[in-house]
Amino acid sequence: MKILIVEDEPKTGDYLQQGLREAGFAVSLATNGLDGVHLALEGDHDLLILDVMLPGMNGWQVLKQLRDRGRKLPVLFLSARDSVEDRVKGLELGADDYLVKPFSFAELLARVRTILRRGPPGAETTVIVVADLELDLLRRRVTRRGKRIDLTAKEFGLLELLMRRQGEVLPRSLIASQVWDMNFDSDTNVVEVAMRRLRIKIDDHAEPRLIQTIRGMGYVLESPARQS
Amino acid sequence: MIRRMSLTTRLTLLYTLVAACVLAGMVAIVSAAVSRHFAELDDDTLRDKAQLIQDMLATSTAQAELRGRLDDALQSHAGLYVRIADPDGTVWYASPSFTFPEHILDTSADTSPRSIVTWSADRQAYRALYTVATRRDAPDTPMRVWVAVDTIHHAHFTDSLHMALWVYAVLAALLSGALGWFAARTGLAPLRAMRTQAQSVTAHRLSERMPAESVPVEMADLAASLNDMLARLQHDFQRLSDFSSDLAHELRTPISNLLTQTQVALSQDRDAAFYRDILASNAEEFQQLGRMVSDMLLLAKAEHGLLLPHAEPISLDGEVQALFDFYDALAEEKEITLYCSGSAQLHGDRLMIRRAVSNLLSNALRHTPAQGQVTIRLAQTTDTVTLTVANTGPGIDPAIVPRLFDRFFRADPARAHAERDGTGLGLAITRAIVQAHQGTVDVSTVPGETRFVMVFPG
Repeated sequence: MKILIVEDEPKTGDYLQQGLREAGFAVSLATNGLDGVHLALEGDHDLLILDVMLPGMNGWQVLKQLRDRGRKLPVLFLSARDSVEDRVKGLELGADDYLVKPFSFAELLARVRTILRRGPPGAETTVIVVADLELDLLRRRVTRRGKRIDLTAKEFGLLELLMRRQGEVLPRSLIASQVWDMNFDSDTNVVEVAMRRLRIKIDDHAEPRLIQTIRGMGYVLESPARQS
Repeated sequence: MIRRMSLTTRLTLLYTLVAACVLAGMVAIVSAAVSRHFAELDDDTLRDKAQLIQDMLATSTAQAELRGRLDDALQSHAGLYVRIADPDGTVWYASPSFTFPEHILDTSADTSPRSIVTWSADRQAYRALYTVATRRDAPDTPMRVWVAVDTIHHAHFTDSLHMALWVYAVLAALLSGALGWFAARTGLAPLRAMRTQAQSVTAHRLSERMPAESVPVEMADLAASLNDMLARLQHDFQRLSDFSSDLAHELRTPISNLLTQTQVALSQDRDAAFYRDILASNAEEFQQLGRMVSDMLLLAKAEHGLLLPHAEPISLDGEVQALFDFYDALAEEKEITLYCSGSAQLHGDRLMIRRAVSNLLSNALRHTPAQGQVTIRLAQTTDTVTLTVANTGPGIDPAIVPRLFDRFFRADPARAHAERDGTGLGLAITRAIVQAHQGTVDVSTVPGETRFVMVFPG
């Protein structure tokens, strides 16, 4: 997957490039709007990460030029300004997502993966398996080593999210948003508590531990074979 | 130009104008009265003399006798002139060295007896009476008689009187203008005092007030209004500066932590685990800072009236259920029971309302002791929607209740950075959201229960 970043702030650009590269993407970086348009038209990127405030040509104009020339790659806007008009403007121009600075890298990564995963849904899987953990979406059943685990509806939703996006570090805000539809930062440790309770049910009586806490980032569910 | 004229100038001009009008009126009345008085005096003299001549004609038998008597009579009357003629136009008598103008003699035939005319000639003014007299020797022949007096000395007198009056009037008008200026300045002194007072008000001296008690009653209202304005400004300014210093304080602690941790880590070589630990801890602090900045921006927007709810119909019981689902794990861990009763519909911004209730709920959960209860009661009347979040517990110290919704206010300062206790902006955000929906939020507390009540217009 190839990602083009257009960001004029050098530190932000470098760290985004490094972070996304280490997450397994091929990343190129442009530091102004003109280069961004040029690279986007020449290259075959799968996603454009676009800063709104750019010298010379701003993010809106970059996106408009690309759309005018028929380039239809998905776009994620980064902005230091959080106003409804900006959001609406971005989405009207055909942006796929809009992230307000300061954002956490885990959040950005999660959203990038969400966008790239979109597109025509393939054959819907009904059973997700990670190591010896099995989640049956149709029968709403979870088993580990064949042993049934009772989960509440929300715990099931939480586990489903973690398993669908296995190997990805999911930040708390994304979990709260996806599982409980809480689209704001809660000032409590609700997600930690819920995660702890889920972990007790999933991991306490079994090895290896599948759910990991990545401090300062979020949570990841991963089979130990892939962990190393 | 008129609009920019100073009050003192305006008042001075007005005083002068009023005085000038009054004085001019007085001058006009006095002049007219004096002129009329002199005219009456002259007329009396003319009638007197006419009567005298009539008597002479009535008692004289010959023209020579009449002339002699008239000469005698007129000798002692300087400025009195007589002409007597018979109906044929033959002059019986005429004062020497005086000629009546033609128009007076011509029109005399038509003029009714005893009519008075005035004219001037050779810089002299005259007043004449025409009448008819009967001769003793020829009673059937009416004699025509003209008597004239020289009125120039009266004219001189009235002219100089006019001049004196007008000079007096102009001087008096100017003087009252000057007095008016002085009165205006004295009268407006309290305004200048207020101006001086106002000049002394600065950002650092917002406690200065206008002397509302010592200014005249007309200005007391103005002074009181200005004082109210100052009080509001002072209050807002105080809040703003408190806020800035609170903000600086709130930012200082995490930044200081970050700096210290990072520099300690850099001071010597560490193993990878140590670095990872430091970075993770830093990331947590940064997230907290980021959240604080976002919350602050939201509050700043609310303060400027930019928090515009995207209104849609919301079922509050549905929202409460969703929030209960979210907080379920936390409540269960603290063995707190969550109850919801009633139902209500509200027209508002779903995300904002959810956030406002979420803040109240998390606040309640934080302050409810183990095995307690948190209850949300919904009520709807025709014009209000009420949402009450009540929790069991020791209640809140009444002294801190008024400050609960202040930014960065924490009941227990020592707990500010313990665990993930939020940014201290939760209740302030709740209030901002409720106010953006034209609602109110209040707190009441009794031992055993604390209650936050949000009321929205229905």
